[in-house]
Amino acid sequence: MIELQNVCRTFTVGDQQVAALRDIDLKLDAGEYISIMGPSGSGKSTMLNMLGLLDRPSSGNYLLDGGNVTDLNDEQQARVRREKIGFVFQSFHLVPRLTAAQNVELPMILASIPAEERKARVQVLMQNYGLSDRADHKPDQLSGGQRQRVAIARATVMNPTVLLADEPTGNLDRNTGWEVLKLLEGLLEKGITLVVVTHDAEIGARAQRQIHMLDGRIVSDERRAK
Amino acid sequence: MKLADTIQFASGSLRGSPTRTLLMMLAMSIGVAAVVVLTALGEGARRYVIDQFSSLGTNLVIVLPGRTETAGIGPGLMSGQTPREITLEDAQALLRSHAVKRFAPLTVGSATLSRDALNREVVVLGSTSDLLEVRHMGIALGRFLPAGDINDATPVCVLGNQMKRELFGNEQAVGQWVRLGDRRFRVIGVLASQGESMGMRTDELVIIPVAAAHQLFNTSGLFRVLIEAKSRDAIEQVVRDAEAIMTERHGGERDVTVITQDAVLQTFDRILTALTMAVGGIAAISLAVAGVLIMNVMLIAVAQRIKEIGLLKALGAPGKQIRHLFFAEAVLLSGIGSVAGLVLGYTGSFIIGQVYPMLPVSPPWWAVLAATITALGTGILFSVWPARRAAKLDPVAALAGK
Repeated sequence: MIELQNVCRTFTVGDQQVAALRDIDLKLDAGEYISIMGPSGSGKSTMLNMLGLLDRPSSGNYLLDGGNVTDLNDEQQARVRREKIGFVFQSFHLVPRLTAAQNVELPMILASIPAEERKARVQVLMQNYGLSDRADHKPDQLSGGQRQRVAIARATVMNPTVLLADEPTGNLDRNTGWEVLKLLEGLLEKGITLVVVTHDAEIGARAQRQIHMLDGRIVSDERRAK
Repeated sequence: MKLADTIQFASGSLRGSPTRTLLMMLAMSIGVAAVVVLTALGEGARRYVIDQFSSLGTNLVIVLPGRTETAGIGPGLMSGQTPREITLEDAQALLRSHAVKRFAPLTVGSATLSRDALNREVVVLGSTSDLLEVRHMGIALGRFLPAGDINDATPVCVLGNQMKRELFGNEQAVGQWVRLGDRRFRVIGVLASQGESMGMRTDELVIIPVAAAHQLFNTSGLFRVLIEAKSRDAIEQVVRDAEAIMTERHGGERDVTVITQDAVLQTFDRILTALTMAVGGIAAISLAVAGVLIMNVMLIAVAQRIKEIGLLKALGAPGKQIRHLFFAEAVLLSGIGSVAGLVLGYTGSFIIGQVYPMLPVSPPWWAVLAATITALGTGILFSVWPARRAAKLDPVAALAGK
């Protein structure tokens, strides 16, 4: 479903060229649970941004559902992000002036979905994630776990095919972290493709497919039997 | 993203930082209000002057003796002649022009007005019954000069309102006799109080038949002839006819000056309109300053909300949409700011109108339109750069707050 062909990404820092990704070849199948691990600076975040179309490869191709998305323009890429990709961030990235419900509604507003339908979908989702009584709270009135649950609700409200999570438990305590992780893993049952970037080996080990990165290269790609 | 949602989102982010929003709207509204109030004052002054001129009469053409040349020494002076005077016969001849509706000859002099022991130096106007119509005067008591032969020196007079009060107080004035110089005149009417109109206080006048005035001042020449044209379009015709008739009667020499009220009025109109526009323009500079302020604050807002912009991009907003959001914010800001400014400006003009009732203060429509358009224009124009900057942000860097 997702295929990276010979993807390189180099940054210019000062007058030096720094390679964040080097000749990445990767194929992800629909419904897979993948963890990307590696020390900081290994390129795992760049990889995630690449998968989420937030970054463009310096060379190589990105095929999504068989189509080459590398050549799409800004508006077309935004559309792909809107309809097929969900993001969960380490620092939640909720809009502070909007309530929990409004934050969840945001992707649907961007997608021009009518207000009534938005309201209905938000309500269902908030209920599923146990956030009904927190719908009208601003993010600063929510606990870390609640914030991340709102963020996950926001990431899944458009029913994406891929969910990209960048250190989703990084800012949470251990127990809350596990709860959030279980919530994410629960989405696999609905056929979502889940990519989790982490430097925590214990969390990474839960995925069926574990990718290790170092210096912008994939050093190992292991599949665990179910 | 739908337009309604865009507006709602933009107004949400404006409400998110109320102090900033209020200050920007204040700057915008002060600019708009300044334009409205200042142009209202200028327009008020213009209308005041025009009203003053109109109170002199409508479609007025004035004939005065002597030729005014702009090129230094006139022909009369070269040949050592004094300009020939305009006589009553000359004035009557003007009626030959079909464009003339009516005319009023005018002789001016000063004499001592007395009743018993009271006396006073007054300006005496010699004219005919038509002066009332031509000069838009009003009668308070009695009647105006009688119509009839222009050469009849009937010893009657019409007193200005103040003259009546000074000489008669609350007594009956009509029917009484007064002395003007060495002649006796019977008071047949009192003018309605008019106040000052273009430097001549009608309240302090005494009006007598023109023939009587000629006898009183021992003259036969007229000071002015006031002509009322049949319509506004006929004014040009009256000017041409008056010049032709006078030239013909004065042996082929053009020794009169014909001026129209319109010409004078237009000059004032031009000057005062230019003044109003200049003042409005200066006020508009404050609007431009408000625009720069909006740009500055928008740039800060882009920096402050950089993570939010990154997030919107990650959630699938293309650069165009981000630009629209910031655009909508600017339009809302300057739109609400200008509406507030208009309210402020109209209130200010109203108050000025209450303080100076004689000044017809009202903001001209073009100034109101220009102020609103300038406010919206600068707001939108100065938001282009910040909005583009926001739209071009790299989502990865923006999410990291860089």
